[in-house]
Amino acid sequence: MNKVSSPLIASPLKRKKRSRFFRRWESPLEGYLFISLWLIGILLLTVWPFFQSIYFSLTKYSLLSSPKWVGLQNYKTIFMNDDLFRQSLKVTIYFVLFTVPLKMIFALFVAMLLNKNIRGISAYRTMIYFPSLIGTSMAVSILWKNIFGSDGLFNQVLGVFGIHGTSWLSNPATSLPTIGLLDVWQFGSSMVIFLAGLKQISKELYEASSIDGASKPRQFISITLPMLSPVILFNMVMQTIGSFQTFTQAFIITKGGPMNSTYMYAMYLYQRAFGRFEMGYASALAWILLVIIGLFTLFIFASTRYWVHYEAETGGGK
Amino acid sequence: MIAGAVVRFKTPLTHLLLLAVGLLMLYPLFWWVGASLKSNKELLSPGLFPQNWLWSNYTNGWMAIPRYTFTHFYLNSFKLMLAILVTTIVSCSLTAFGFARLDFPLRKFWFAILLVTLMLPGQVTLVPQYVLFNGLGWINTYWPLIIPHLLASDAFFVFLLIQFIRGIPRELDESAKMDGSSSFGIYLKIIMPLTKPALVTVGIYCFIWNWDNFFGQLIYLNSVNKYTVVLALRMFIDTQGNLPWGQLLAMSLLSVLPATIIFFILQRHFVEGIATTGIKG
Repeated sequence: MNKVSSPLIASPLKRKKRSRFFRRWESPLEGYLFISLWLIGILLLTVWPFFQSIYFSLTKYSLLSSPKWVGLQNYKTIFMNDDLFRQSLKVTIYFVLFTVPLKMIFALFVAMLLNKNIRGISAYRTMIYFPSLIGTSMAVSILWKNIFGSDGLFNQVLGVFGIHGTSWLSNPATSLPTIGLLDVWQFGSSMVIFLAGLKQISKELYEASSIDGASKPRQFISITLPMLSPVILFNMVMQTIGSFQTFTQAFIITKGGPMNSTYMYAMYLYQRAFGRFEMGYASALAWILLVIIGLFTLFIFASTRYWVHYEAETGGGK
Repeated sequence: MIAGAVVRFKTPLTHLLLLAVGLLMLYPLFWWVGASLKSNKELLSPGLFPQNWLWSNYTNGWMAIPRYTFTHFYLNSFKLMLAILVTTIVSCSLTAFGFARLDFPLRKFWFAILLVTLMLPGQVTLVPQYVLFNGLGWINTYWPLIIPHLLASDAFFVFLLIQFIRGIPRELDESAKMDGSSSFGIYLKIIMPLTKPALVTVGIYCFIWNWDNFFGQLIYLNSVNKYTVVLALRMFIDTQGNLPWGQLLAMSLLSVLPATIIFFILQRHFVEGIATTGIKG
């Protein structure tokens, strides 16, 4: 701030020098001017709400009257006496544990196929990436609802092979995996990131190891996986965070049913906040979700020292 | 020589595998196109092509919601998208320029905050934001869906643009500065034109994600008059007892058409863009 006075002294100087002086005093102010919209946004729509939601979570608040302080009552009720909380949390954790690994394995497999210099590779890439682009949309959820209906496309195809399929979405045993499959189908963004990571791995490593007689699977385990591990970490964290917040698919395809077998946490939160307008209770649910996601992320990061390999020497591995 | 032979043997296998994966991925989508022209009865067959091309699925579906046609919902959606696109591009590029090119106190701190918001689950701020917009009387208006974009709330885009601007040689703005250009002049005349490829990527993703921002539209818009295409689809699927699937599939197929067209025109930007941001999608 004390730099503000300098332009007055600087002004009679030559233009070249003056501009350097200007740069020094203008920048702090100018920098803030440029980021001002973002700064207002972050304070008003993120930082303030972030702390406000802690406060709300300790109150009873229906929007119509002002929040009433209830201490830890919401949290007590959630943990001691809320079957839907337990059910939705269970469903969501199953969902995350089912979709994230499958999605990543599939994404890595396809990325390795695509990491080749063969003709038409960009056409394949486009083809395989496209479903991921529209996959989370309402429209695809509607499509999925139809395809996996009891007489939908999936069962018709099974019928061709003489298999009589169940009613995938109205059977509590298969409903969650069916929705999970829609999620796995959208492995495209992880795939593209894997592909970028694979291209970073130096070819010489493979050449050197094949001279030493290493087999392909051996190379995969000793070169590809370690070199790719930072990218795997990134994908894993991002997919986990995203997966915990799944809403549209379950909301449209099954509405959480049958027998709450697809009742996602985000749907329960929605129901409390905007179905019953229990803003305090919903805030408590949101904070519990944040802590759970945080714990999962921490766990992943804590495990990295056993499997993530950062290449320090050449800096090529990112 | 031996390696060459192996490659030649392997290439058909790769093609075969890729083709299989690609078909598996796309079959439901191809089927969708055919299904949108089928009658309810014919939907019970797995074939790609309908026997009778039932174009009436489209015309009837277009008018399936009482009192409004889909023309109304598309106009709502496009108007909203235009506002979101303009505000996002302006606010995110200004912010990114500030972070990438200017130095100011606490810059590193704010940048760290920006990175944290990339990972912060939206649910935590959901309720207070709703309370805020409710207090402003903005429920059932488009403001809660636009104003956050004016305030550069898309951390992904800001981050992507920062990375891109950092890659532009600084000599360019240094020399402009010598010629007496202000920072805003440099932003407008030098950085913005050179950032065009990144701005296109931002625009594309911004359009696609917001077109389908079902949750936001669901909680903030509640009169049918204000409904967007996705909310109309949801209403379609909810109000009808016995679902006219052909019409429903036709209308939902149309709703992904804008994204599809953009994707195929500009697909090179996409795949590169997602690799740099790599966050959502």
